[in-house]
Amino acid sequence: MFRPIESTTASRAVTVQLQGKAITAREGDTLAIALMNAGVFAFRQTPVSGQPRAPLCLMGTCFDCLIEVDGQQNVQACMVEVREGMQLRLQVGARRAEAKT
Amino acid sequence: MTHDLVIIGAGPAGMSAALTAASIGMKTVLLDEQPRAGGQIYRNVTAVDPKVATLLGPDYTHGRTLADRLQLSGVEVHYGAMVWDVARDLTVSVQHDGKSFQLRAPQLIAATGAMERASPMPGWTLPGVLNAGAAQIALKSAGAVPSGPVLLVGGGPLLLLVACQLLEAGATVAGIVETSPDSNRGAAMNHVMGAISTPTYLAKGLRMIWRLRKAGVPWFTQATQLRIDGRERVEGVSFITNGQQRHIDCSVVLLHHGVVPNTQISRLMRVAHTWDRNQLAWRPNVDEWGETSLAGFRIAGDGASITGAIAAEASGEIAAIGAAHALQRINSSERGQRATRARTALAKQLRIRPFLEALYRPPQWINVPADETIVCRCEEVTAGRVREMARLGCQGPNQTKFFSRCGMGPCQGRMCGLAVTQVLANELGKLPDQVGAYHIRTPLKPIPLASLASMSSKTTCGT
Repeated sequence: MFRPIESTTASRAVTVQLQGKAITAREGDTLAIALMNAGVFAFRQTPVSGQPRAPLCLMGTCFDCLIEVDGQQNVQACMVEVREGMQLRLQVGARRAEAKT
Repeated sequence: MTHDLVIIGAGPAGMSAALTAASIGMKTVLLDEQPRAGGQIYRNVTAVDPKVATLLGPDYTHGRTLADRLQLSGVEVHYGAMVWDVARDLTVSVQHDGKSFQLRAPQLIAATGAMERASPMPGWTLPGVLNAGAAQIALKSAGAVPSGPVLLVGGGPLLLLVACQLLEAGATVAGIVETSPDSNRGAAMNHVMGAISTPTYLAKGLRMIWRLRKAGVPWFTQATQLRIDGRERVEGVSFITNGQQRHIDCSVVLLHHGVVPNTQISRLMRVAHTWDRNQLAWRPNVDEWGETSLAGFRIAGDGASITGAIAAEASGEIAAIGAAHALQRINSSERGQRATRARTALAKQLRIRPFLEALYRPPQWINVPADETIVCRCEEVTAGRVREMARLGCQGPNQTKFFSRCGMGPCQGRMCGLAVTQVLANELGKLPDQVGAYHIRTPLKPIPLASLASMSSKTTCGT
């Protein structure tokens, strides 16, 4: 959906895992930007009707970029910067409580 | 008490308030949810790629001066700090790194800025639809631009600025679709003297228009009946302009109908608000020192009224001077003297606002959308459903929330609040002031229970 413009300075590559698939981002990118640069269009499917959604505001107000990060649900992807090895899952439908064993 | 002054938000107003407070010797703490100073207007200005900085120009890099001064000032700053509650006694609850803590001072300045007005229209929930400000944030924070053809829809200086910046950055601008009705021009002419007396802004505007024209960007005006087309993602936009039906293919749509004060904290604090008939938004009532109807609680910058970044810097300074006076650090005459420069700067910035507000007043169909348009994105509630609630007897947004879940999702009414108030006012034949706004409750953003549990017992017991 988005792409980085050619920069004058080199930035360190950071790899995150989206449902088992490696996505390479640049240090300092938010998760939302990293996923949009990687061509991810639908960040989640809504709890109400299952419609696809992606970021609208990129500044923490719309809550449309919610994603699961390292097991924590409903994280605002636009408010978190990429960290090496992050495990991401796209949220499909309503959230549910999972029994911890 | 942990400090003399707590400031929320490290944009122009917050940074300037912190610098002023520090210069008067107040023990100040500044909190911001982002990892770096700047707010949205100067987002990432301390770490931005030099090429992007050049592209964004001096209006953006000006923020670097403030951020650098802040760093040298020794003010206690917490980044990545999300404020999720502010009590009426001004106790601030903050989450940082998954844990919560509390701060308290006799003076509090909320400098939480603006957000873009929602632009509800058919298809606006499709992936690939973003606010114009979001594209600018992508550019500032990550040097990223839309990868396919991008269409800009709406009205306002930011729409044109973003179009220019995207062109400069090498994006493909498929067109600009302006929605401002023709009647805006006549209304704006009543305020043209204010614009002429601020020639730098006028010149900037004309330069942007010239650049876009020169680049041959297709430009449509007075567009109505907009619909964003696509199944799983944006494929194009349909609209009527000059009596003709048009369709433009694109993969990203950027919406913009001006910015409005972010009133989540001021609503949570239950201070008095007024409906601004020119800005078509709520603004908290503040006095000339930024103080709200609650003693000690001040609001500076766009969170009080939309006036722009330079004005925000001045109003931050004025609020901090007001706080210092309230704490008896300076006397009344010193308060007046210290604020002279900021007041002159502020007055200068305010001159062009009536012209811009009239010229880019959003069309009625954005404020009061058609029945089939989703207004509450979280709970997928349409404008028609809100009207139905009004016909069933609901008198305000809180009742429609109970019955329809409109405004009850994770964004807590940030996106739909203004539209719901206006739809209800229209349907009930009342003024927005009579209809009111959503009650905002803690937590301001969802937090995990573990974060709450981590708060030390010493602070949760209110000692």
